[in-house]
Amino acid sequence: METTVVGKGLPKVDALPKAKGKTIYADDFNMPGMLYAKVLRSKYPAAKIISIDTSKAEQLLGVHAVLTAKDVPNNNHRAKFGQSKDVGSQFEGLYRVLAENKVRYVGEPVALVAAESLKIAEKALELIEVKYEPLPGVFDPVEAMKPGAYLVGEEDSNIVSHFKIRKGDVEAAFAAADVIVENTYRVPFVDHAYLEPESGVAWVDENDVVNIRVSTQVIEHFRTVADVLGVPHNKVRVIGTWLGGGFGGKEDITVESFLALLATKTKRPVKLTFTREESLLAHSKRHPFVMKYKTGATKDGRIVAVEAELIADSGAYTYLTPWVLLYATVNAAGPYDIDNVKVDTYAVATNNPFGSANRGFGAIQPNVAYESQIDELARVLGMDPVKIRQINCLRQGGSLATGFTFDRYVAVADVAEKAWQALGPVTESKSKNIKIGRGLAVGMMSYGRLTFLHDTSRSYVKLELDGSAVIRCGVPDLGGGQAQALCQIVSEELGVPQEKIKIYISDTALTPLAGTTTATRQLYMSGNATLKAARAVKERLLQKAALMLDTPIAHLRVGEEQIYSTVSDKKVTLQEVIAQCSADGIELFCEAQFNAPATDVPDSELITGRTHPDFTFGAHAVEIAVDVETGAVDVQKLVICYDVGKAINVLNVEGQLEGGASYCLGYALMEDLIVEEGRLKTPSFSEYLIPTSLDVPDMDVIMLESGAGIGPYGAKGVGEPACNSIAPAILNAIRDAVGVRLTSLPATAEKIVFALQKQE
Amino acid sequence: MEIMNEVKVTINVNGQQVTATVAPEESLLDFLRNRAGATEVKCGCNKGDCGTCTVVLDGQTVKSCLVLAAQADNKQVLTVKGLEKEQLMQDLQVSFANHGAVQCGFCTPGMLVTAKTFLEKNPQPSRQEIREALSGNLCRCTGYQKIVDAVAAVAAGKNDK
Repeated sequence: METTVVGKGLPKVDALPKAKGKTIYADDFNMPGMLYAKVLRSKYPAAKIISIDTSKAEQLLGVHAVLTAKDVPNNNHRAKFGQSKDVGSQFEGLYRVLAENKVRYVGEPVALVAAESLKIAEKALELIEVKYEPLPGVFDPVEAMKPGAYLVGEEDSNIVSHFKIRKGDVEAAFAAADVIVENTYRVPFVDHAYLEPESGVAWVDENDVVNIRVSTQVIEHFRTVADVLGVPHNKVRVIGTWLGGGFGGKEDITVESFLALLATKTKRPVKLTFTREESLLAHSKRHPFVMKYKTGATKDGRIVAVEAELIADSGAYTYLTPWVLLYATVNAAGPYDIDNVKVDTYAVATNNPFGSANRGFGAIQPNVAYESQIDELARVLGMDPVKIRQINCLRQGGSLATGFTFDRYVAVADVAEKAWQALGPVTESKSKNIKIGRGLAVGMMSYGRLTFLHDTSRSYVKLELDGSAVIRCGVPDLGGGQAQALCQIVSEELGVPQEKIKIYISDTALTPLAGTTTATRQLYMSGNATLKAARAVKERLLQKAALMLDTPIAHLRVGEEQIYSTVSDKKVTLQEVIAQCSADGIELFCEAQFNAPATDVPDSELITGRTHPDFTFGAHAVEIAVDVETGAVDVQKLVICYDVGKAINVLNVEGQLEGGASYCLGYALMEDLIVEEGRLKTPSFSEYLIPTSLDVPDMDVIMLESGAGIGPYGAKGVGEPACNSIAPAILNAIRDAVGVRLTSLPATAEKIVFALQKQE
Repeated sequence: MEIMNEVKVTINVNGQQVTATVAPEESLLDFLRNRAGATEVKCGCNKGDCGTCTVVLDGQTVKSCLVLAAQADNKQVLTVKGLEKEQLMQDLQVSFANHGAVQCGFCTPGMLVTAKTFLEKNPQPSRQEIREALSGNLCRCTGYQKIVDAVAAVAAGKNDK
């Protein structure tokens, strides 16, 4: 389908205001009479709370409120993540506002303070006396699974979730296989490390509505906050700000409930912004996994069986763990068509930081394992890395081990080949200590939420009498161009130039609810909703123009603020059609809802059939130089090849692909969030190192536009899939360069040196 | 009653004299955000790791969280907004927007201040030199490529994509 605005790399609507320093982020907002909040957090990973004495803190001059669990009207909830459908206790864990009875992790919120200044609030925290009785705790998910292990929560087992996939007969297939590769892989905690820490301001307005202006990926948390307060849902309004990054870390509630409780108690506006150290300590992390893989193949490279056991560290609270684990289950065997598959996945509670959403959401951990496994198979069989993938990969008509069948184009074979070829001639080593190596990895990840959530999005499009347009859509914009894509869709459909479109986003009171900016769903969901709304308005314009021009609609086109005939010189300006519609009482607006495909909530541990709307496929190819004396890895070439379906804004899609690769280049080589006995040993950006401009090479982006997506104009989602396969590509390149297979991330210089010493 | 040490500080922020009585430990960053209303200066870590609070202090780029307000007494501070009077900053801002170098935008004001002072010293840099110059300013969204593109385009006198 031909487009004129969709596809262009227009500067996004929010770019220049941000570059000029005009955008008012969450912490940039102040109100008269505003108080400052602080959170008292647990010092222990596991302890019984004997008593909490807040009297001294309350007496401090300038303190307006000190709250503990007993002050929270409803302190315990089943966590919702913006979904309006009840999906049951198997998929919804406990959301506890403030600790009660016992603490489960270091950093767990215990008490809240609001005071005239930050300094007074900090002083008040020191005056709160909490008596703890330390408990043993458990810190290793494998230990925590064993009978008799210390119990993290109030359940009688630490196992949070267990899922399985069964296809064919793996035992028989392994018996008949020519080669078998077995390895155990370990991947660590990851922090999102968005540069804007969690922040918000709340106030109670003249109608007793609690307003919360907050940096969040999920404005629909207004419902949970209302439940916490014990007020009707329509008495809480969440106004989402332009986010300073999210990556899944602002998907769970962060400051909202605390702010709502304090503003309600004090009747004053309250601000709460986490420090960087607090952010690293207290918010969710990407789940560490231990992944045991056994892969069998025939001599000619056909994979006949995969058996995998994945154990995820859920940490102290459940949050999105069951969903993440379900993603890991579905993705465990990768984008390959394999006859015999046995997968068992477990998520286990520990007294570590809690795991939840992080860009890649359970698809990324098994990707490290299955792409390392296939690379080893290729080496054992002496086979080209592209060829072994092409022999085994999913294609149109092929099925996942769950039975989900792809009725659309599947790009795996093509992206693998194109990425690998684009590396070009091999760079020669300049020194005998520098070994050059190359690695390839492919990946798959869904876009759109789990289909059993029955996801919806709504968007409102309106034309003004002067020919300008308004979009209202409750989409939170994380910086990925979520709002921009909607503007380009409306511009394309209604022929209104971008500078005449104003978009209002992320406000539960004033914008139709569009669902969460998570799960790589906004372009797919809100893009489709906005397209539907724009096309409804367009249809009315065309009907009117057909009368005005005496030309059938089939011969009319909309573009450049005109409606014109394709068979004659007849045309009319958009403004004239709008004026006529307005005079005749024709509605120049539409609020439309898009519904994703819906399935039933899985009623057993065995996962079958459709779980996701669709998938995105991509590949990374790298060339690295390894210094065998120091173990240092220098990434010299990095190729990214993805089937994006259709790029709505080519600049923003490239930005996702480059940013995703960079995000997980950190996962591959440097990011090491160290937690020992439940205590964080990397408390700031001085210890938890994320990539700088010197750690990331220039990247070569190859975009395929198959049109095979189910988003607007055939688009697929790319935000999360973008970071999928870079880490195993690096591991495979290290294997190629120096002959050692690292089975844990990050692949630090230290690990490489030790592995080389062991090899000698 | 607690004895409070306080210092009276006057700082010229983007051409405006701002005077306040502050605690000796108050950072220039807090002074800029809370007393001068310069919220375009961001706080990402408050300990000099991330570069989001980068400003120009009497001609030098500094991370304002690592400077005390008292140290900036009687000095001049220029933030991204103050530097916008200069064509080079305007060119960089437009180039960042046109090249897709702005995603969440939280690092952008600091990144732009660093890029501008760098280009003044080195008007014809290589891509590697640009990367080195920006390496004290973290960005979690872009992977840096489009930021390097945007700075290189301004250096080459090509503002449009």
